[in-house]
Amino acid sequence: MFAFVIRRALQAIGVLLAVGIISFAMFRFAGDPVNQIVSLDTPAAEREQVRRSLGLDDPVPVQFARYLSSAVRGEFGVSYQFRQPVSDLLAERMPATLELAFCATLFAIGFGVLMGVYSGLKRDSFLAKVFQTISLIGISLPTFLIGILLIYLFSVILGWLPSFGRGDTVRLGWWSTGLLTTSGLKALIMPSITLGLFQMTLIMRIVRAEMLEVLRTDYIKFARARGLTTRAIHFGHALKNTLVPVITIVGLQFGSVIAFAIITETVFQWPGMGLLFVQAVQNVDIPIMAAYLMLVALIFVLINLAVDILYTIVDPRLRTSIRQPA
Amino acid sequence: MAQPVLSVRDLRVEFVTRRGILKAIDGISFDIAKGEVLGVVGESGAGKSVTGSAVIGLIDPPGRIAGGEVLLSGMRIDNLPPEEMRRVRGKRIGMIFQDPLTSLNPLYRVSEQLVETIRTHTNLSASAARKRAIDLLAEVGIPAPERRIDSYPHEFSGGMRQRVVIALALCAEPELIIADEPTTALDVSVQAQIISLLKRLGREHGTAIMLVTHDMGVIAETADRVAVMYAGRIAEIGPVRDVVQNPLHPYAKGLMGAIPSLESDTDRLVQIPGSMPRLSAIPPGCPFNPRCPYVFDRCRVERPEPIQHSEHRVACHLYDESSARSEAVA
Repeated sequence: MFAFVIRRALQAIGVLLAVGIISFAMFRFAGDPVNQIVSLDTPAAEREQVRRSLGLDDPVPVQFARYLSSAVRGEFGVSYQFRQPVSDLLAERMPATLELAFCATLFAIGFGVLMGVYSGLKRDSFLAKVFQTISLIGISLPTFLIGILLIYLFSVILGWLPSFGRGDTVRLGWWSTGLLTTSGLKALIMPSITLGLFQMTLIMRIVRAEMLEVLRTDYIKFARARGLTTRAIHFGHALKNTLVPVITIVGLQFGSVIAFAIITETVFQWPGMGLLFVQAVQNVDIPIMAAYLMLVALIFVLINLAVDILYTIVDPRLRTSIRQPA
Repeated sequence: MAQPVLSVRDLRVEFVTRRGILKAIDGISFDIAKGEVLGVVGESGAGKSVTGSAVIGLIDPPGRIAGGEVLLSGMRIDNLPPEEMRRVRGKRIGMIFQDPLTSLNPLYRVSEQLVETIRTHTNLSASAARKRAIDLLAEVGIPAPERRIDSYPHEFSGGMRQRVVIALALCAEPELIIADEPTTALDVSVQAQIISLLKRLGREHGTAIMLVTHDMGVIAETADRVAVMYAGRIAEIGPVRDVVQNPLHPYAKGLMGAIPSLESDTDRLVQIPGSMPRLSAIPPGCPFNPRCPYVFDRCRVERPEPIQHSEHRVACHLYDESSARSEAVA
C-alpha cells in the first residue's frame, strides 16, 4: 500500500513537471514579458535593464529551473495588473472557489445518489421518469443559462436570493468563509446548484445504471434466497457495489468543478479563482494564468491519488492486486 | 408415509411476453420426504431451475405462478405475502446456486455475510452468531475456519467458495435445500467432494434436498428419487435405480441411453433425434411426440397424464391400460 502511494506520487510529479513546462512556455510564446511590464515609451536601454533584473536574458533551461524552484516554494511571480504576488492573490481567492466547489459537489452527490438509487429501484414509477427528464435538462442546458435562469427566477422575480457575490464572510486565519453567516449561505445556494447540476445528473445516471446492473447479479439473487431484508439487499449489498464507478466520476468531476467554476463565478460575480483567471486572460496577465494552470493540475493529481486510495477501501479485491502487482 | 417436507401440486409458471404467454412449468406435482434427495434432470430449458425458483418464491416478473400449490411441511407457501415469504427463504428453505464465483458479494468478508444471514433469521447476538458461523464453516469442511472466516470471497478457491455458499444456505437449519446445479461450475474432483458434502449434510440433519442438475452421473450417485423433466412437465419420476436401469418414458430411455458406460464398448452413444421445442411452440398432445420413436395417433392430440406404473409415475400413453399399444413396447 505504501509502495503504491509512493509510485503514484512519483507519477504525479511527472505530470506536474509536464504542466510546469507548458505554463512556463506561456511566458515565452505570449509575447515579450518585458513589454507587458514597461510602458510604450520606455527607452531600449531601460528595457534591457528590466530584462536583466528579471533574469530574462539567461538561457531558457536556467530560467525554467528558476521558475520551477520558485513554483515549488509557492512563488509564481508578480501579477502584471495588480502588482501583487500571484500567490497572495490566489490564496485570497482560493477559499471562495473551494467552498463553492465543495458545496456544489455535496449537492451533486447527495441528490445524485438519492435520485439514482430511487430510479434504479423503481424504474417504472412516475417519479423516476421525472428524475430522468430533469437529468436530461441538466445534461443538455449550458451552465451559464441555468445560472441566468436561476437569477431571473429567485433574485429578479421572487427576490429571495442575492444575484451576485459571496455575502458576508468571516475570517478564520487566512481563510475567509461564507459558511458561517446567513447571507453567505444564501449567496452559496444558486452558484452551488448551477455548478453542481451537471455533476448531479451525471451521478444520478451512473448510480441508476449501476444499480440496475448490480441488481441482476447472482449475489443479489443469492442474498434474496437467503431471506435478507429488501433494505439490507438494496442499501447494504447493491449500493456498495455501485460505488467504485461513482467514486471515479465524483473524483474526476470535483477537479472539473474547480477548474470550470470559471463560468459560474463569472455569472454570479463570485470572487474566486475562476473570476481572477478570467480577468487575467482579458488583461494578458500571464503569471496568474500560469499559476492557475499549475494549481488546477495539482488539484487533479491530488484527487486522482485520493480516488485510487478510496478504491482500495471500497473494493477488497484491489487491495490484494496492489499488494502483489502483476 | 409421514408428511412430506415439500409437496408440489399441479404447479404452473407462466412468463408473460409480448408474443403471448409462455408456459415454463405446466402442471407438475412431486413430493420430497424428510432426508430425501430428489434429483431433477432435463435439458436446458426444461424448467428445472424455474421449478426451484418457484418453490422458494423467487420468480421475477414477467414470470408468475399461474396455478397449483407449494406446501412446505403442510403449510402453503406459494401465496404468502412477500414479507412472510422472505422469512421462509433462508430460514426454512436454503438455496445454492450454480456459480460459487458470483454467488458471494465480493465486497464483504465471509464472516459478515454469514453473521448477517444468521442474525436475520435468529435472535443470536453478534458474537454468538460469529461462533455459529465458525461452526458452520467447520461443518462444510473449511480448514482453520476461525482464521479463514475473515477472508474475502476472492481469497477462496471455487470449491471452497461453494462450501461457503452451502454454509450460508445452512445458516438457519432449513428443512429443505434447493441446489440448483451446485457442481456444474466446478472441477470434476471438486464436484465429488461437494456432492458427498451435500449428501452427508442431508443425512445428518434430515434435510430434504432438491438437486437440480443435467448431470445424470451426479443424480445416480446422490439422489434417492429422480424426476425427469421435459418441456415444463415431469415425464417420469421414480426411485433412482429403477429410472436409471429401467426407464419407462421414451424420453427417459433416450437420456439413459446417452450415458457413457465403461462396460459396453459401443462406438456411438444413443442420441435423441431433434431438440426440445421452444416454449412458444410446444406441440399439442404429448410435447415429446415429434421426437418419440413410439409415437402413435393419440400422442398427437391428447396430453398424457402421469400414470402410476410399478414404482414409477410416468406421463406416457404407452402405459395407459386403455391404450392398445402398451404391450407392443414392453
